[in-house]
Amino acid sequence: MEKEKPKLNLAVYWGAACGGCCVSVLDVHEKLFDVVANANLVFWPIALDTKYSDVEAMPDGFIDVTLYNGAIRNSENEHIAKLLRQKTKVMVAYGSCAHLGGIPGLANFHTGKEIFERVYVSSESTVNKEKIYPQTSYKIPEGELTLPEFYNDVRTLGQVVDVDYYLPGCPPQTERLLEVFMAIVKKEELPPNGSVIGATDKGQCDECPRKRSDNKKIKQFKRPVEVIDDGETCFLEQGLICMGPATRCGCGYRCIEGNSPCRGCYGPPPGSPDPGSKMMSAIGTMVGSDDPEEIAKIVEQIEDPAGTFYRFSLPAAILRRKLIETTVS
Amino acid sequence: MTFEPTIVSFLCNWCSYTGADLAGTSRIPYSPNLRTIRIMCSGRIEPTFVMKAFREGADGVLMCGCHPGDCHYHEGNYKCLRRYHLLQKYIVQMGIEKERMRLEWISASEGKQFAALADEFTETIKKLGPSKIKKVMETLT
Repeated sequence: MEKEKPKLNLAVYWGAACGGCCVSVLDVHEKLFDVVANANLVFWPIALDTKYSDVEAMPDGFIDVTLYNGAIRNSENEHIAKLLRQKTKVMVAYGSCAHLGGIPGLANFHTGKEIFERVYVSSESTVNKEKIYPQTSYKIPEGELTLPEFYNDVRTLGQVVDVDYYLPGCPPQTERLLEVFMAIVKKEELPPNGSVIGATDKGQCDECPRKRSDNKKIKQFKRPVEVIDDGETCFLEQGLICMGPATRCGCGYRCIEGNSPCRGCYGPPPGSPDPGSKMMSAIGTMVGSDDPEEIAKIVEQIEDPAGTFYRFSLPAAILRRKLIETTVS
Repeated sequence: MTFEPTIVSFLCNWCSYTGADLAGTSRIPYSPNLRTIRIMCSGRIEPTFVMKAFREGADGVLMCGCHPGDCHYHEGNYKCLRRYHLLQKYIVQMGIEKERMRLEWISASEGKQFAALADEFTETIKKLGPSKIKKVMETLT
C-alpha cells in the first residue's frame, strides 16, 4: 500500500476584513475535499473553534501555509499576524486588504479619534451624551476587561510582517487559490518570495472583452447611474471611470462581465509603484480636449480622485494617509 | 534660522530648461532653492514623480513645459496640464496645500520670466512653511 503522504497544516485568519475572503475559501465547493485530503485545517476562526492559546502552543514553523486576509487595523490584528508569522513556513497575504490595505485602508483619510467620534458619538442613530468610548482596559469587581487598541493608521500585512506571497483580489478568485494551493502541495517550483501570485503580469485592458479604440477622447465623466451601458463599448469611452488601465489582470473579468467597470481590487500591474498615479497618468492621456479651460472643467467632473483611484490601496500608496495635524506629535 | 525650502522642479528639455539656462547665461540672479530635473517633455512628468518628491521631503514641486501649441512632441504639455488638474484635486484630498504644486509654461526665450517665477514660487513656499508630508508618512500612530 502506498504510504500516506504527510498532510500540510493550513491556517486561515482574518484581520480587518469583511469575511468575504474566508467565504471565498469555502467557494472551492466540492474541491474542499481535495484540500482536506491534503491538508489539516489547524486554525480558521470563521469555521473552527481553535483558540489563540492553541496557536501559541504550536511549535515554530508548525503551520505550512497561512492565508492571512484583512488589513492591520488594531493591536489584535498585529499580534496575531506576528504570532502566525512565527508559526508559519509560507505566509500568504490573501486578498486586497492584506495585499494593499483594501477598503478598511480608506480609513487612512481620517484619524482613529475622528472615527471613534463618528461611530460612538455623532452618527445619527447614536445617543451617547456622556461620550463614552471603548477603553483598552476596564476594571470591574470580577477583574479586568480588555479590548485591542485601535490604531490611527491602517497598514497592509506586508508592512507588519514578512510576507512570502501576495494573492490579490476582493476576494481573490477561488480558482487561483486552488492553483496556488495545489502548487504548494505538489511542491512545484514556486515564484521568488514577495511575488504576487494567482494573477498575471498583464493589465486589465490587455485582454478586456469590451470593444475599445486606442485613441480615447473623453469629453465628460459620468456616474454609473447617468449612463445606459450599451454592453460592449469600453467603459472609459462611455465616460465611466474604470480602473482597468491601472489594474493587474487575473480576476477573470468578473466585474466587466457583470457590466460594471473595474474597481481596481487586483492592485497595480508589476512595475507601477503606485496604482492611483498610474490611473491619473492614463486619464491625462484620455481627456478629449486641448483647451485649458475645458480641460479643467472635464477633470473637475471626477468627484473623488483619491478615493476612487486608491479604493483598495491607500495604505500601500506613496502617500499612504491623509495629512492631519494630529498625526504628528 | 530662516526656513530655506527645498523645491523640486521638472523642466522640459526643449523650452523650460533652455529658458532656465538663459536665466543663467544672462546672469539673472534668482533664488537657489530649486533642484532642477531635466526631462524630455512635461508630458513625461508622471504623477509618481510629484508624489515621490513630496514623500522624500520636498516643500514644493514646480513643473514647467512649453507654452500650449509649442510642445516639441505636439501634445505632451496638454497631457501634463490634464494630470496637473487631477493631481491638484488629489493632493488637496490628501491634506496637502495646493499651492505647494505649480505648473507654468516657460519658453526658451523666457529666462527673465523663469527667474521671476523661481523667486515668486520660493516666496510662496516660504510663507507656507516646511512640508510635514515626509514626517507624517514615516510616523506610524
